Amino acid sequence: MLSDGVIIAERLSKRFHPGAAPAVDGISFVVPRGSTVALLGGNGAGKTTTISMLLGLLLPSGGRITVLGHDMARDRFAVLPRMNFSSPYVDLPHRLTVRENLAVYARLYGVRDRRSRIAELAGMLDLTGFLDRPSGKLSAGQKTRVALAKALVNAPELLLLDEPTASLDPDTGDWVRGMLERYRAERGATILLASHNMDEVERLSDQVLMLKAGRIVDQGSPEHLIAKYGRTDLEEVFLDIARSRGALGQAAQ
Amino acid sequence: MSGTPAAPTDLRGSAGGRIAAVMLRHLYILRGSIPRLIELAYWPTVQMVVWGLITESLAPAMNWQAQAAGVLISAVLLWDLLFRAQLGMSISFLEEMWSRNLGHLFVSPIRPWEWVASLMAMSLIRTLAGVVPAALLAILLYHWNIFSLGLPLLAFFVNLIVTGWAVALVVLALILRYGMGAEGLAWAIVFAISPISAIYYPVSVLPGWLQGVALALPPAHVFEGMRDLLHGQGFDTGHFLAAVGLNVIWLALGCAAFLWGFRTARDRGSLLQQGE
Repeated sequence: MLSDGVIIAERLSKRFHPGAAPAVDGISFVVPRGSTVALLGGNGAGKTTTISMLLGLLLPSGGRITVLGHDMARDRFAVLPRMNFSSPYVDLPHRLTVRENLAVYARLYGVRDRRSRIAELAGMLDLTGFLDRPSGKLSAGQKTRVALAKALVNAPELLLLDEPTASLDPDTGDWVRGMLERYRAERGATILLASHNMDEVERLSDQVLMLKAGRIVDQGSPEHLIAKYGRTDLEEVFLDIARSRGALGQAAQ
Repeated sequence: MSGTPAAPTDLRGSAGGRIAAVMLRHLYILRGSIPRLIELAYWPTVQMVVWGLITESLAPAMNWQAQAAGVLISAVLLWDLLFRAQLGMSISFLEEMWSRNLGHLFVSPIRPWEWVASLMAMSLIRTLAGVVPAALLAILLYHWNIFSLGLPLLAFFVNLIVTGWAVALVVLALILRYGMGAEGLAWAIVFAISPISAIYYPVSVLPGWLQGVALALPPAHVFEGMRDLLHGQGFDTGHFLAAVGLNVIWLALGCAAFLWGFRTARDRGSLLQQGE
């Protein structure tokens, strides 16, 4: 399984200041090819920090990351064309139109037939009506769809999504989740997502990594975790872990 | 929404393509904003007009050196080359910060050196768009054609642009390290070296101990060389080579500062979080 891991994180840690509590504390996990794995945890659990390290935006304090067979510390430029991400913490240039932004990122990723790829993405994510509107003048939901279009511009093998359906109404959110499921199935892609939306995590994920204070306190399929904690849904499991103040988490490890 | 995902996309990335992509992002902004285009040429033109008038009004009282054709106007235009080169690179960088786009940029396959090269190319475009109209206006208003300097002008131009880039790399490093609180440095930092860059007066005017500091700056050699040329003493190869040598050192220091700032930003996680 380890050899088929698209992401292999080994004893990964991040401490922002000497003496401060670690934001990520020696976590290890494997994301198998073709799977969807969710990072679940409260605010400050270490989800965004973990994703940032996987993307190479943040240097780990310790540990090792292997993505698509490449060591991210030494060889990340061999992998970056094959992955992409979307996050509500990062914007696209506001003054550029949606089409211009997608054209820029298509060039950055070396997409050959940019015009048809942009048309394809516009169809996929229903962007056609506002392709020539400045990105800064879009609604929050439209921005989220454009961010997803940018994340798919290179048809990545590995997609890292930080709260992919934030700001979307329930109907559009549901549609995006369906689109991600189809993308994974048809492209054979691997998805790692961080989300606070428990329904989303239950629906999309094969495996859930429960994070608390920078540590993985439990993991398994949504069904396995719900059964293990004797609950009816993942939200109750999340609350159990969030309110355990560490005791349950340590027991689970 | 059709909802049909794409098949694997054919990717052919190259350094040139990625540099062009970042340039395109900035050119889109310039193309879409006439006020930005006007702003590029506004200050160089105002500066040139003011110094041209000063030259004309003081001409009767000036010595032969200062009266030499176009000394002050040339100094203004050449100094603006350095300032605009630095500012052009810094502004292109700040555009990414203002739009919180650095995170997207640095998870794409672009290498830091490619990104810096694209900022330098944009700086060149912004500088030429700013200074060339002012230089053309100087011909109309004061009958002073800086292009008549010929090949030496190219030598001055390249040296001043490179100095501007070296200073800009330090600005980038400081903003990457200290965040948007250091934004003001993009406009201010270059003026720290202007009093000792011998722009409007020779290095010999400075106190003895400061002359050594001034001669460690590439612009001091460029402006000394410019005055020599305009006073009919020909092109001083010594000043030219000194400026080139010092620029190599300055650019190396600027690159080292940038790499330090970039690594610090990756260590602190500020590539994902920086913005307005």
